[in-house]
Amino acid sequence: MATATATASAPRTVLPGFLGFLRNRAAGKLVVLAVAAAVLVPLADARWASGSWPHALTVDLTEPLGRASTWIIDNRDSHPLFLYFFGHVSNAVVLAVRAVYLVLLAAGWAGVTAAAALVAWRVAGVRLALGTAAAVLTCGLLGMWVPTMQTLALMAVAVLASVALGALLGLAAGLSDRTYRALRPVLDTMQVLPAFAYLLPVVLVFGIGVPAAVLATVVYAAPPMARLTALGLRGADAGVMEAVESLGTTARQRLFTARLPLARKELLLGLNQSIMMALSMAVIASVIGAGGLGDRVYQALASVDVGAALSAGIPIVLLAVVLDRVTGAAGEGHEKADPRWSGWSGWVYAAVAAVAVAVAARLAGRLDWPESWIVNIAEPVNRAVDWMTDHLYSGVPYVGGTADWAAHFTTGVLNPVRDGLQWLPWWAVLLTVAALAWLIGTWRTALTAVLAMAAIGVLGVWQPSLDTLSQVLAAVAVTLVLGFGTAVAAARSERCERLLRPVLDVFQTMPQFVYLIPVVALFGVGRAPAVAAAVVYALPAVVRITTQGLRNVDPAAMESSRSMGATGWQQLRQVQLPLARPALLLAVNQGVVLVLAVVIIGGLVGGGALGYDVVFGLAQGDLATGLVAGGAIVCLGLMLDRVTQPTQRRTRTGA
Amino acid sequence: MRTRTTGVLAVGCSLLVLTGCGAADMTEQASPFANAQGAKTVTLSVQSWVGAQANVAVAQYLLEHELGYRVDTVQVDEVPAWDALSQGRVDAILEDWGHPEQQQRYVEDKKTIVDGGGLGVTGHIGWFVPTYFAKQHPDVTNWKNLNKYADRLRTAESGGKGQLLDGSPSYVTNDKALVKNLDLDYQVVFAGSEAAQITQMRQFAKEKKPFLTYWYAPQWLFEKVPMTEVKLPAYKEGCDVDPEAVACAYPHTPLRKYLNSDFAKSRGGAAAFLKKFKWTTEDQNEVSLLIADRKLSPEEAAKKWVRSHERTWRPWLTS
Repeated sequence: MATATATASAPRTVLPGFLGFLRNRAAGKLVVLAVAAAVLVPLADARWASGSWPHALTVDLTEPLGRASTWIIDNRDSHPLFLYFFGHVSNAVVLAVRAVYLVLLAAGWAGVTAAAALVAWRVAGVRLALGTAAAVLTCGLLGMWVPTMQTLALMAVAVLASVALGALLGLAAGLSDRTYRALRPVLDTMQVLPAFAYLLPVVLVFGIGVPAAVLATVVYAAPPMARLTALGLRGADAGVMEAVESLGTTARQRLFTARLPLARKELLLGLNQSIMMALSMAVIASVIGAGGLGDRVYQALASVDVGAALSAGIPIVLLAVVLDRVTGAAGEGHEKADPRWSGWSGWVYAAVAAVAVAVAARLAGRLDWPESWIVNIAEPVNRAVDWMTDHLYSGVPYVGGTADWAAHFTTGVLNPVRDGLQWLPWWAVLLTVAALAWLIGTWRTALTAVLAMAAIGVLGVWQPSLDTLSQVLAAVAVTLVLGFGTAVAAARSERCERLLRPVLDVFQTMPQFVYLIPVVALFGVGRAPAVAAAVVYALPAVVRITTQGLRNVDPAAMESSRSMGATGWQQLRQVQLPLARPALLLAVNQGVVLVLAVVIIGGLVGGGALGYDVVFGLAQGDLATGLVAGGAIVCLGLMLDRVTQPTQRRTRTGA
Repeated sequence: MRTRTTGVLAVGCSLLVLTGCGAADMTEQASPFANAQGAKTVTLSVQSWVGAQANVAVAQYLLEHELGYRVDTVQVDEVPAWDALSQGRVDAILEDWGHPEQQQRYVEDKKTIVDGGGLGVTGHIGWFVPTYFAKQHPDVTNWKNLNKYADRLRTAESGGKGQLLDGSPSYVTNDKALVKNLDLDYQVVFAGSEAAQITQMRQFAKEKKPFLTYWYAPQWLFEKVPMTEVKLPAYKEGCDVDPEAVACAYPHTPLRKYLNSDFAKSRGGAAAFLKKFKWTTEDQNEVSLLIADRKLSPEEAAKKWVRSHERTWRPWLTS
């Protein structure tokens, strides 16, 4: 942050010197790399003929991984590890989910709606309470009541477990520096590893179904809670801590009376993030038989029925938006002003009201959602999608159809990038990665990036990884062009941003399975629809971060440039964009990470390469193919993260 | 340190309290959503193609309306479905296209799965071109002439070669080896999912464009996009044993049902019904078409079929 504020306050004096310094250092780094390359490349070239990754340097994991999977299947019913550990974990998950589900069923639709609305009212006020009730009722109207309850039960248990695990890890990391350092790479891996890649091992151990789904969700959703807990505990005001210590408190008292209450905001943000991550897994987990809404989306995909998929997708979006807003409001410390309702009494009244509604509905015999209240949106949606694809697919006068664009994009952008990357000798790829990572970061980042790239070669998936890389690069480029454009518009006009917000919410939370079919219908099978799906997913984050960055530019700098007679365009180019550089870099970084997260979905629409391998591994129970491809995706993610990561994030060690 | 040990102990104890002490048997677990309203429950696995949905929809409808069961369905890919069946997470697979390795492991060795008899439908995999294209160029239906048409079947995705469209990663396919061993100027392009493949085929058909695809019968799409099979070198027993050296067509496979062995023994009514469940390709296609093309929900489609085919399903119920 220090560099950003320094350049912001006096851009003219500091910037040239700083840039010159950077340029010199950059040149120095490049010279060092060039010297190293001059020595190493001929050696490597002589030893292993260049071109694609040398076969001599690969390790084949097929055999050991195949054996491991057979061992698990053969011992799953008899080995003590399974009988006394995994078995109990699995049973506990099943029982917990079942308990929540039964409570939800027993409350009936009226009771659940009332309870949800009252909770929202208590933590976030009347407006959100009404919104919550409307959202819950919409799930019923769409005919998705039972699947929604199944998903809710699963989410409740998964989020609870994630929060418990995350808080424990965060507590340890917040109190001890050593644990903090040791945990960071673990948390990184948990988040970068594509969920699809670890579904298979989880399934092997726990079998298809709810326990595997819950555990896979916990792996994905616990890290943000852990990170934010640690952040909150470490950020406790030193003055307050000293004051508390001087009162002669024990370490435990200090933790509970000062540190945790001070970290309340971060803890609630952690809860919020865990819920969001868990929900985004709801559909992916359906691939291993989690049931609920995700399963409905997935089954609709099988009969190529976009309307049905949307009917199940909308409740997921609604749940996500409602939970996000309600937990967000809780984090901001919204409290009801009316003293009669504050504290425990308000909760008691709310609980009594919810129970009363549930009992009333039960007595009235209205437990299940009435069939006649179901609105079928599938048919009109399908008609709309058909119309769209009929009229846009090809032969639109002058501009051509979407299929033509996709073909041009494939032959004009994707093919050259892929062929170029695959044509490069392997050491040239490593050198490029090293140079990029070193220029933007330290020698440590460069080393990590190079090692990650080399690991891909060692795993023996060099060619498909470069294919995937080419798709990621193309998708990121498209995302950034669209995202920056939208963000500039949103940063300039409040109204535009307000209109955009719900659209971005939907883009971000709509399960990707829902738009797979329309994407294929528009762009045909291949890598182009995979890129399109990735762009849809990554765009919201890029737009949000960039808008925020542009908005936060020092108003004084904007004002002074305006007084010097700069036009709007000049202002944007010469003041706003340079000053928002850290935010832009973060947007690039997030764009890359999110695009990579959709690579596997791309495998479902003809993206091929690593995504297809992961899906193949899961579908065929082939641990080696799936895990190796998943590992390669992790390495790609690590490499791309290091190459695009703003250095500033690394220097902020205090967090 | 002491708090940590207490914590671990506490977690361990609560796990034990929750699940009961001693050994836990994971083979005895059903879905937490099953049986939730106190009813007799059957869990059926559905695979990603519509034919499998049709089987399950009809079985579910009859189990619910005639036998008073509550039926849960879970969508699972084929190989994981075998695993789930062995563990009792699902009770039955109604349409299996032949998985010798799984069959050996679970039916022969572990005896956790039993054969549930034939489905009555015979499956066949092959290469297909749309009939409108085959009518214009009758010789395209023999693999020997395929290279002649390679450049007409080129797409952006297939590079300079012709495109052979393949489907979901869960399907049995030798296509890569076939293209290589038959010396064809084609590139196998994996659509990645059946949904993507069907969508693409329908787009091609709308524009009357030629295409070559891996496809299988019985399949409802034949009714919407008539297709003609391309003749490959004839199938002989054992010609597909070595996956690298395959150079022959795919076999005709009578589809089979498999049941979890405990389920087959214990819950008499449902298991006996599922064993007797047997219908024809036409029956299955009728239901599939209602689901996939007319966009009826599987339940409505099943209801429609059940209403008009009582003679077929009545015998399945007699025990």
